Amino acid sequence: MIASLMQGDLFDFARYRGGPTGRTAEALETGRSRLVVTGLVISMAFMALGWRVVDLTLFADRAEPRLARSVNPLAPVQERADIVDRNGIVIATSLPAVSLYVDPKHVMDVQETADKLIRVLPDLDRDKLEKRLSSRGRFVYLKRNLTPEQHYAVNRLGLPGIQFERGERRVYPQGRLLAHVLGVTDIDGRGTAGIERHFESKLTGGGAPLQLSIDLRIQAIAHEVLTNTVQEFSALGGTAIVMDANTSELVAMVSLPDFDPNRPVEMLGEAGFNRATKGVYEMGSTFKLLTAAMALDSGVVAISGGYDASKPMRVARFSITDYHAKNRWLSVPEILIYSSNIGAAKMALDVGTKAQQTYLGRLGLLRPSPVELPEVGHPLVPSPWREISTVTVSYGHGLSVSPVQLANAIATTVNGGIRRPTTLIKQQAPEGIPGARVFSPDTSAKMRGLMRLVVSRGTGKNAEKEADGYLIGGKTGTAEKIKASGGYSDKANIASFVGAFPIHAPRYVVCVVVDEPKGTKESFGYATGGWVAAPAVGRIVQRTAGIMGITPEFGMPHLAATRELPADANEITAALKPAALRDVENVSRQPEQVRAAE
Amino acid sequence: MSTLARTDNSILARWWWTVDRWNLAAVAVLAMTGAVLALAASPPVALRLGLDTYYFASRQVLYLGIGLFVVVCASLLSPKGVRRLAMAVLAGSMMLMVAVLAVGPEIKGATRWLSFGAMSLQPSEFVKPALAVTAAWFFAQARLQEGYPGNLVATGLFLMVAALLLMQPDVGMTMVVAAVWAVQFFLAGLPIVMVMGIGLAFLMASVGAYFTFGHVRARVDRFFDPSAGEGYQVMRSLDAFHNGGLTGRGPGEGRVKEVLPDAHTDFIFAVAGEEFGMLVCVAIVGLFAFVVIRGLSRAYKDDNLFVLLASAGLLVQFAVQAMINLASTLHLIPPKGMTLPFVSYGGSSTVAIALGFGMMLALTRLRPGEGGVR
Repeated sequence: MIASLMQGDLFDFARYRGGPTGRTAEALETGRSRLVVTGLVISMAFMALGWRVVDLTLFADRAEPRLARSVNPLAPVQERADIVDRNGIVIATSLPAVSLYVDPKHVMDVQETADKLIRVLPDLDRDKLEKRLSSRGRFVYLKRNLTPEQHYAVNRLGLPGIQFERGERRVYPQGRLLAHVLGVTDIDGRGTAGIERHFESKLTGGGAPLQLSIDLRIQAIAHEVLTNTVQEFSALGGTAIVMDANTSELVAMVSLPDFDPNRPVEMLGEAGFNRATKGVYEMGSTFKLLTAAMALDSGVVAISGGYDASKPMRVARFSITDYHAKNRWLSVPEILIYSSNIGAAKMALDVGTKAQQTYLGRLGLLRPSPVELPEVGHPLVPSPWREISTVTVSYGHGLSVSPVQLANAIATTVNGGIRRPTTLIKQQAPEGIPGARVFSPDTSAKMRGLMRLVVSRGTGKNAEKEADGYLIGGKTGTAEKIKASGGYSDKANIASFVGAFPIHAPRYVVCVVVDEPKGTKESFGYATGGWVAAPAVGRIVQRTAGIMGITPEFGMPHLAATRELPADANEITAALKPAALRDVENVSRQPEQVRAAE
Repeated sequence: MSTLARTDNSILARWWWTVDRWNLAAVAVLAMTGAVLALAASPPVALRLGLDTYYFASRQVLYLGIGLFVVVCASLLSPKGVRRLAMAVLAGSMMLMVAVLAVGPEIKGATRWLSFGAMSLQPSEFVKPALAVTAAWFFAQARLQEGYPGNLVATGLFLMVAALLLMQPDVGMTMVVAAVWAVQFFLAGLPIVMVMGIGLAFLMASVGAYFTFGHVRARVDRFFDPSAGEGYQVMRSLDAFHNGGLTGRGPGEGRVKEVLPDAHTDFIFAVAGEEFGMLVCVAIVGLFAFVVIRGLSRAYKDDNLFVLLASAGLLVQFAVQAMINLASTLHLIPPKGMTLPFVSYGGSSTVAIALGFGMMLALTRLRPGEGGVR
């Protein structure tokens, strides 16, 4: 080839020495020398092109900037881990899904592309689609979660710039049953609420399923019972909690109104609000249990002791009265049975502000619950904490806590006095998370007896009516809601019941709180904790005890004594003490429970 | 071939011994490359358009046959014959270009085609070689005869053709024609000051095109804006070269042809890069370079200024067209629709290139005993 070029005699001037002369020769000379220049320029251009070919084919990696976001369709999708209940039943899982996106730079004809896409995906909005197809970005989603048929149909169109992203879609097979526990994931599969958000990094790490402490069967029962109660009393909403008394694991947690996490839009507004953990309420009389426990534990009063509740009590400029006023001296059990504000207040004053705060702090009521959810409410703590605060807090006013905090405090009260932090994660060790002692085992035993009395003889009777044969102990609460204008409303209540069962060796704490129930004919117009929440707890116990492996207590003679109401008030105290002690003895017959708790 | 003896005095024998056989061989190799690449690149495009699998491939083989025939026929002409043919084709194609503007259908935003029943013709393809030869003659006359207004006539013809091209609009072809005109004017002895002036004018015309034609601006903007990324075809084309590597994926193994609408025309070189790799691509570039340098060296030897200018003009047209196509495909310049001579699919372009190439071969034939134009 080189030889053939030389054959052209590019540099052979000699031959033309004798050629054309004059003007022609001069013109040819100019033309030839400039032709050499032209030839050189063209040669250089071709060499540059040749080098470019070599560069592109062999060293292309640094040749051109690549897409900032490269999507490799073959790369395995990092799967978000499943969430299962304590028995391993799947409650949240991820299914493979294909999403449609466009790289607008590659779209050749917006109109044609839109036409074809709409033919196979008729639910796309044409204006929006065209805007997206002609936008300036390099990655714009057109449609999420295509069905396999849609995927095939779009792929068949073979449109430039239209591409698929392999991903996954979060699915909640149990629907709204676990709404507030699980929370939701956003359109990109990131957790934005509930467990999904709290354990975001753990879940995205893939791997083993996350096992919750929730028992799906108990959750379903609690959900159904609470739904019926909220409907029956036309309430705004409510919450039902079942907590393992010894490990503080949440076995069921329902908040109504709820939503279907498969449709996150439903979460907007009231439905997304988790009343069990985020809502903080003045719990009312259920706090009297804690007051009594503090008084017994600190020794300021014996279980046989009591207080004069014959007339309203004045603290600062406030007058404390009783709802079920007996206008006489009341024993400690009677204070709880008749839910005496005066009695609770006097007990609290004996305990003292400092000790009360210490106990409340150890019970975890002055700080947000440690439960593994982003939606956790801060308790509203009286500030400054005056003497009147000590008085009102003793019967559950002036201090707002969330229902899970109350359930946890009651679990501590009945389980032998050990507080373990509330958790939604199934605990591997049988004794659960290490705890901290709040009350002595003796106090706890006495409290179990007192809670039993409230149900068998006091305001909690309706709980046992619904749970024939199961030993429930607990306390009702009916708190007037704080009106938006300030002050308390006598129409709008928070009705609650918190109980433990079987009360002689508590395994579960059940707490139901109903927001603004309206009285019905069946409840004789009452919308109190005893008429609204206590029957609900009873129903939950009745239906779940079998599942939990707890046998009814038919034929246990000592129960009879706790059901009779002696005529004389003094006899009550006398009769109660042995009853409470019998319950304590009963507990000691199952020492593993108590020891486990300690 | 051995039947043609040196002493044989027939037309064919004289042609054989005087024509540039190396370039004749080169154009045959180019045509074969074109046929192979048409078979490689066009079936997916044809299928996409709902045509017969070998619709483009069989047509291109036919065009290449016609093209080679045209090359041989045109190369049989004498310089005078070349000049007359060129002037006739120039007149005819300029009239057809006017007709195109009046009755031609609009395809992809431009009016370039004339339909004759099943055949369609792109007159602007033929105007390029015809103008190069005609202008060369006027430039040569101006240089050789005192007072002959050849430069003016050549420039006037150029401006008319350029105007017709810009009205279609066809900025790329205008650039080719302008480059040829400028190189010929330069070779014809344009003073250096005016050479610089023309360079400046080119620059201003390019800027003018940028602001006048929306599609030109869009392509240039995209080329110089790294954030915008490359155009779809260009990026796929670069992928193709990357995939090809040193020796290519193998014939028929390329994928870029399945996604590029212009795989068989403007981006055929990318198909070559993917399927046959760097070595074949460099060989193709080398073949074009060889043809052009070889032709220029033959023109250099000729005593006839018209022959020198005309063949240089035809070769520059050939070179610029190839370079624009290759540089677009290789993303060295903003994408510009331009066929790769003898390789890209296209009837008008193949036959017109063949005509120009044949005329170049005719002009660079050895003419012992003939002097230049007196």
